[in-house]
Amino acid sequence: MAAGAFAERGADLELVGIQKRFPGFTAIENLDLTIPAGSFFALLGPSGCGKTTTLRLVAGLEDPTSGRILIGGQDVTTQKAFQRPVNTVFQSYALFPHMTVLENVAFGLRRRKIPDAVGRAHEALRLVELDHLAARKPVQLSGGQQQRVALARAIVNRPALLLLDEPLGALDLKLRRQMQLELKTIQEEVGLTFLHVTHDQEEAMTMADTIAVMNKGRIEQLGSPEQLYELPRTAFVANFLGQSNLFTGPVVGETTSMISVDVAGHAVIVPKSRSHRHGGTVSVGVRPEKLSLHREQPPTDAGRNLLGPGRVIDVSFTGVSTQYLVVVPGIGTLVVFEQNRTFGPVGGEGEEVWVSWHVEHGFGLDDDPADDPKFAADTDTQSIAAQRRAALVTELEEA
Amino acid sequence: MAFAAFAPTTTPPTDASGTAASPRRRSPVALLLLLPGILYLGLFFLAPLVSLILTSLQAPSEFGDIGQYSYAFRWENYVAVIQQYWPHILRSFGYALIATVLALLFSYPLAYFIGVTARRWPLLQSLMLVLVIAPFFISFLLRTLAWKQILSDESFLVTSLKAVSLLGPDAHLTGTAFSVIFGLTYNFIPFMTLPLYTTLERLDLRYLEAGNDLYASPVQVFRTVTVPLSMPGIVAGTLLTFIPAAGDYINASRDFLGGADTQMIGNVIEANFLVLLNYPAAAALSIILMTVILVMVGVYVKRSGTEELL
Repeated sequence: MAAGAFAERGADLELVGIQKRFPGFTAIENLDLTIPAGSFFALLGPSGCGKTTTLRLVAGLEDPTSGRILIGGQDVTTQKAFQRPVNTVFQSYALFPHMTVLENVAFGLRRRKIPDAVGRAHEALRLVELDHLAARKPVQLSGGQQQRVALARAIVNRPALLLLDEPLGALDLKLRRQMQLELKTIQEEVGLTFLHVTHDQEEAMTMADTIAVMNKGRIEQLGSPEQLYELPRTAFVANFLGQSNLFTGPVVGETTSMISVDVAGHAVIVPKSRSHRHGGTVSVGVRPEKLSLHREQPPTDAGRNLLGPGRVIDVSFTGVSTQYLVVVPGIGTLVVFEQNRTFGPVGGEGEEVWVSWHVEHGFGLDDDPADDPKFAADTDTQSIAAQRRAALVTELEEA
Repeated sequence: MAFAAFAPTTTPPTDASGTAASPRRRSPVALLLLLPGILYLGLFFLAPLVSLILTSLQAPSEFGDIGQYSYAFRWENYVAVIQQYWPHILRSFGYALIATVLALLFSYPLAYFIGVTARRWPLLQSLMLVLVIAPFFISFLLRTLAWKQILSDESFLVTSLKAVSLLGPDAHLTGTAFSVIFGLTYNFIPFMTLPLYTTLERLDLRYLEAGNDLYASPVQVFRTVTVPLSMPGIVAGTLLTFIPAAGDYINASRDFLGGADTQMIGNVIEANFLVLLNYPAAAALSIILMTVILVMVGVYVKRSGTEELL
């Protein structure tokens, strides 16, 4: 039977030196992670980054190649899935098709021989507002209702840790928003520790207290949503979480609080406190909504970085803001979001513009400028080709 | 879109309601397409059935020879055969039941291995399936005769068993209930394995993981998730085994694995039709056999909750 007492509140999750190798590839390379009790933690990354494998390791559905998993300080590495005080809301929900909604929800309680399983199951169904459908079979429910049953089936057990494997993936936008809100409310009500795996950055940002961005089996950066958005550490994070304009160049000047980076002849100033590197070659970034467009060259201002002149090559209206693509010779294409506070665009296609931003809004990355196209999404053809090539080269070297 | 992940399990109910709601149910084209099948059934199933029922009620011709009967309504035929042959009827269903249970016990692990465990090795999966079907390439009669050789008194098996005193000096294997049930089990294992394989092969392993995640040990997951989800295969396999096994007359025949004390209803019907020329008795027995099987199968399917198979 399931070991020990089940926490009424959530428990800490600790992953120590976790590594997972499958035949042919390494899904997770040396992962260390601590998730404090009661938090809503999101593992964010593109498909194939190892986030779902991490979740399955915690649930006990996979065994780590090496490393230890601790829940509430207790080592559960050798425990089987059914012995761990953990429940999962699966991406496919995996509701048992041969049981009614009520039997599905009561399943975990019955296995643990908890008294009044049916009463508790009804209570959990009331929490997700589905008690009136208790007698139905899962196939008779809509996608959103199934998702809520899956959630009720997991939280009714009061697990120390609730794992969510992209549970909102199959829902349409409106339902997603509703579910996100509901999940957050439930978490606040029952106070469990939530570990949420998703590839949707917006979902992670709106729901989680702490986000870990994963890429290629490693955690790239961990922090609050604001931290990750305002001060990304790597180009991957800067581009996976929202959009970024990135420029690379050598550090040419330094004051006590600022560094100056030479980007194709333009001096770009970044505060030292917002840059992970202070010397050598540095990648500097700025978010598109922090940029301002000017139709005439603005007067030089020590507090603002200025790039230009450039040319607007595309204008797209998105409602709240308008997105401009600006080509600056020697630098490349910049993305600029301008709030639609006035009618009509700031500049039309083909117009000559200057781009400026407050020096306090820039950030400096920790990345080494490398050969592979790291500014692009990890899953585009170019970077997959580059990864294949790198893998082939190492294979040839090993042979 | 939202249901995409559930495709494997949601299809049967949606299909059923979809057909029921179809407005073109009673179109003349459908009837026309059914006509050849209906004619075939009428000619080769209904007509012989009616003839069989009529035969079962015949009385011996007053002035005729042995084997000559005239149409009558002799219900006494039924009473007579039940009185005379009730041990054979009971024995038939007993043997068929034991053979079905044994075949299920052998076939389930085998089908599970081919359909679930061997999913990662498609080559092994195909090879094992071919091995399950392979016996069909040799005639049913020849295989049963081969077993008669293997189990005969002079065979290596029996002499060895006698040598180690597992079998008494005067004991036989052929002609016993053991060899008949053995033969029935052996001959019907493929009919049990194949339907089991088709349901287990489609079994979504994510349900098993969900069961594991919800504190069910592997044994509990098997009992509460795997078995209920493979119920259609279990029902189909047991029906495909039980129905023909109950009427089988090869395995229990004296020429094959049976003896004087192992005669099943099939043997009695055969003897009445072909040797004793007592056609009404044979026909009455056939009708009794059919009715009992229909009732048993109906109750079984109803209780197992797989009515959609009927």
